[in-house]
Amino acid sequence: MNAAGFPVLSLVTWLPLVGGAIILSIRGDAEAVARNARWAALWTSLIVFGLSLVLWVKFNPSDPGFQFVENVPWMPEYGLTYHLGVDGISVLFVLLSTALTPICVLASWEIIKYQVREYMLAFLILETMMVGTFCSLDFIIFYMFFEGTLIPMYLIIGVWGGPRRIYSAFKFFLFTLAGSVLLLLAILAVWYQTGTMDIATLLHTKLPASMQIWLFLAFLASFAVKLPMWPVHTWLPDAHVEAPTAGSVMLAGVLLKFGGYGFLRFSVPLLPVASATLAPLMFALGVMAVIYTSFVALAQDDMKKLIAYSSVAHMGLVTIGTFTFNEQGLQGAMFQMLSHGVVSAALFLCVGVLYDRLHTHEIDRFGGLIDRMPFYALILMFFSLASVGLPGTSGFVGEILVMIGALQVNFWLALLGGTGMILSVGYMLYMYRRVIFGTIMHADLKNFLDLSPREVAVFAPLVVLTLWMGIYPASFTSFWAASIGQIVQNHQMAMLHGVHLAGMLPR
Amino acid sequence: MLTAIAVFFPLLGAALAGLLGRPAGDRASQVVSILCMVIASAAGIAAAVLLGIGATEPGTIEITNWISAGTFRVSWALRNDTLSAVMVAMVSTVSMLIHVYSVGYMAHEDRPCWRFFSYISLFSFAMLMLVTADNILQLFFGWEGVGLMSYLLIGYWYYKPAANAAAIKAFVVNRVADLFFTVGIALLFFQFGTLSFSDIFAAVPSHAAHHYELFGASLPVLEVIGVLLFIGAMGKSAQLFLHTWLPDAMEGPTPISALIHAATMVTAGVFLVARMSPLMEYAPIALSVVAVIGGSTSFFAATIACAQDDIKKVIAYSTCSQLGYMFAAAGVGAFDISIFHLITHAFFKSLLFLGAGSVIHAMSGEQDMRRMGGLWNKIPITYSVMWVGFLALAGIPFFSGFYSKDAILDAALGTPGGVAFYAYITGVAAAFLTAFYSWRVLFMTFHGTSRAEPHVQEHVHESPAVMTVPLILLAVGSAIVGYSLDGTFIGLHWQSFWGASIVTLPGSNPFTHMESIHGVVKWIPTLVGLAGLATALLFYILVPWIPGWLATRFRPIHVFLVKKWYFDEIYDAIFVRGALALARLLWKVGDVAVIDGVPNGIATLTTDSSGEVVKLQTGSVAQYAFAMVLGVVILVAVFLLFR
Repeated sequence: MNAAGFPVLSLVTWLPLVGGAIILSIRGDAEAVARNARWAALWTSLIVFGLSLVLWVKFNPSDPGFQFVENVPWMPEYGLTYHLGVDGISVLFVLLSTALTPICVLASWEIIKYQVREYMLAFLILETMMVGTFCSLDFIIFYMFFEGTLIPMYLIIGVWGGPRRIYSAFKFFLFTLAGSVLLLLAILAVWYQTGTMDIATLLHTKLPASMQIWLFLAFLASFAVKLPMWPVHTWLPDAHVEAPTAGSVMLAGVLLKFGGYGFLRFSVPLLPVASATLAPLMFALGVMAVIYTSFVALAQDDMKKLIAYSSVAHMGLVTIGTFTFNEQGLQGAMFQMLSHGVVSAALFLCVGVLYDRLHTHEIDRFGGLIDRMPFYALILMFFSLASVGLPGTSGFVGEILVMIGALQVNFWLALLGGTGMILSVGYMLYMYRRVIFGTIMHADLKNFLDLSPREVAVFAPLVVLTLWMGIYPASFTSFWAASIGQIVQNHQMAMLHGVHLAGMLPR
Repeated sequence: MLTAIAVFFPLLGAALAGLLGRPAGDRASQVVSILCMVIASAAGIAAAVLLGIGATEPGTIEITNWISAGTFRVSWALRNDTLSAVMVAMVSTVSMLIHVYSVGYMAHEDRPCWRFFSYISLFSFAMLMLVTADNILQLFFGWEGVGLMSYLLIGYWYYKPAANAAAIKAFVVNRVADLFFTVGIALLFFQFGTLSFSDIFAAVPSHAAHHYELFGASLPVLEVIGVLLFIGAMGKSAQLFLHTWLPDAMEGPTPISALIHAATMVTAGVFLVARMSPLMEYAPIALSVVAVIGGSTSFFAATIACAQDDIKKVIAYSTCSQLGYMFAAAGVGAFDISIFHLITHAFFKSLLFLGAGSVIHAMSGEQDMRRMGGLWNKIPITYSVMWVGFLALAGIPFFSGFYSKDAILDAALGTPGGVAFYAYITGVAAAFLTAFYSWRVLFMTFHGTSRAEPHVQEHVHESPAVMTVPLILLAVGSAIVGYSLDGTFIGLHWQSFWGASIVTLPGSNPFTHMESIHGVVKWIPTLVGLAGLATALLFYILVPWIPGWLATRFRPIHVFLVKKWYFDEIYDAIFVRGALALARLLWKVGDVAVIDGVPNGIATLTTDSSGEVVKLQTGSVAQYAFAMVLGVVILVAVFLLFR
């Protein structure tokens, strides 16, 4: 069985849906339905989070393999199984998803006024899909969860979004779908080639070098859109601007990590030869993302767009780190993703605080808020600094590890990849100055209230996490150290053999 | 243990000041933060003395693991060797005095100032972490921490646009340097497999012959590391090309200018070079770069200081120039002299800034010296301590600057080679200018007739004791620190004091050459200083029409100096406007027109055609999902058929 003694992953995955069913069964007048839906969603997500803490406690960091495994035959004639499990790479993403969901529910408490029941339902479905994506060890199941996230997210943006929500939702859907089709094609090709969809088995299967390149490109098409990488990133700012606050939090906090997770889970271990061959391409795209989108962020006058572009730049570092194939780079990429999951989520929540009060995230509509909202100013400063990677916050650890990993590949990769250090300070502090500092110029800002207790409750855990990850990151890196070590080792082994393979199979 | 107390009490003070500020008010914050700083300072001095007299051995306090990834391992650890201990004693003491002074200086603020005390305590913590770091990544933690606090304190008066702009400028310019610093750290790890100082220094000799491919050439790796780290130091210490943030940083409250932009943070670059001395000694080219940049900065900044009218700007450029001296010393291998000058400078420059603050306080916020004058008998204490500060700055015998600055110039002269001689020439020229602008400030501010508005004149008053007592203490320090530490910090027996914390290769320490400098040559810096004093006397007291006449006669040169060599204008045109223009271009053309043009075009095309012909665009996700599956089936079929 598994270390928990009960099917913890299945429970964490499907419990949100049970909560969703309860929410659907709520009856009564609109006011009561909304109130009960909120509480039901909060309790469900809190219970799921509590349950997922079993993973934190019982996970064995020294075992690089999959743990808490559940394996039930599903369609044996096709080699499909209901196979769940987590290793060092996925376990913290599961926790990130379950931790952010209650925060999202709490953050949407007052601002969502219509169709609250459906809204909460969408978030619980989203949680199931996200957790499932990180837990599944069968490629087909993975794909179903992976794509499944699209639907609740599409609805969250399209129904509860801003004025241009339909355009944004549709763009989001089209971009991701375009990539996903190629991913499915690649999955089917793997199936055809190997006859199995079991990820644990596939990780030890060698694919012909010529096929690897095509598979890699197909995977890339999907993961690059999710991450997102330059130049397929333009859906992200639009999606964020229109999405409700909690939607942005989930999008930035978890959904973007699918891309990086895909690289770490599939591209690098499954396709070592192609990964190594195409690493220069990935570096180029990563550096491009860092420099290009950082500059674009500088020109933004919408807070959400600015943070969205900064996300793309941060994810550029993830790309760079992943394809260095050394422990510092890969661990840096992991850390950067986790840290971004916390910090960007917090930043979007910060924007949400202002949006709740003024219904806009245009930078020029604010200014001088520090006099009215000193505590908010402190929180926003804190997360801005975490975002620019100040040592002592989570942002720094990932950044420095990626740079150390990158320098082992190439001096210029480290130097150019590091330019985000400068540019991020530019755009974040420029935004901060225009929103927080100065004197109040708009009369409607004069009666703003500082953070309410509910808002403090939303931010407090994220502040603690950010500091914890920055000051004692070992609590987190220890989870994946063994798994990453194995990826690096396997990659080096595969490269030794891969050279032969590439020579033997000209096609 | 004493080191840990010195480092962590300021953190405690910052936290308490921040927490108590709102419920308990300013006074409570001031009391706790000063109390914590007094404890820190006592512990810091005690630790340094114990180490200095040999009662304790240098050691390391390991706290816990910080970052580890594979073979990469970095700890939180406090290092206690002579270099750290000297810096801890200086930083905690100066910071403590400035805490006290700030109570008086910030008393007239409209808004609560507990935030200020919390900030400067937190700054002190970061600075102490920097100087006690046991590995270079932890040093970087302190490095960025002081950078952050500098940003927050420059922009302390957040309602002033100029303060906000200066704060961002300081952070961004520093980050430019930090990028190179970080790459240097990464290269250190790549080369040595560790970031701990002891391990790196032990391994340096065995890496001396290693090369690194860069710019298509094969360069000695230690040189590359040395230059990268020095670029980092240039940012923090405001050296030529990366100096532009420091004068603007004067927008912050004056105690901040004294603490951060004179005594402590800006000297972090010098400290870094001294800390890395075991490595820098094996990187002669990098050291030459240090000496050239240092020498150039000392001269260049001094020229600008001569033409500024804002009293704080003059002192800011003077700081820039003095930091140049310190680098020049380090560049010729005299790391001990460079730290000696760092310590003496900390005393007299914070004295000068606080004195200037006292003047500004007396003048109701006026900073322009053209609207001062005749203050000497109205604020006598400030006037006297400013004299002491300027005597020390100008290197007049037997004030503290005399010992350290002369030693630097002797070291530069005594070291063979063109680079050292360049540092000497620029240093001597700067010494003249230093004395000149020093007395220019004294004469313009305190002598002649008052040029202030009548209502300002009426309010001129000496500062309260809470401000003058720190001034007097610093003045005493400025007078005696040089003399009392001269034989210990520098001189033939420097090594018995510094131990292993500063390393020079056999024969490369300039003291071996300095002894050969005799007679009139040895007195050149002093004579030049006196000449500068005399020139100032001539220009501003005896024949006061000369400066105006010179400014008209040599107008281009004067404007060039007033405009600070046009660095700000050039940087603004290239980097600031350039970046913003590029940002808009990439956004509007790259993202909106090109990248989005394609999918939007397709979307519009499909919407237009489908809207009329087939009702595909129904908005139903189910139908899209179905279309997706259909498409997949077709694609798979194509793939399998043509495989």
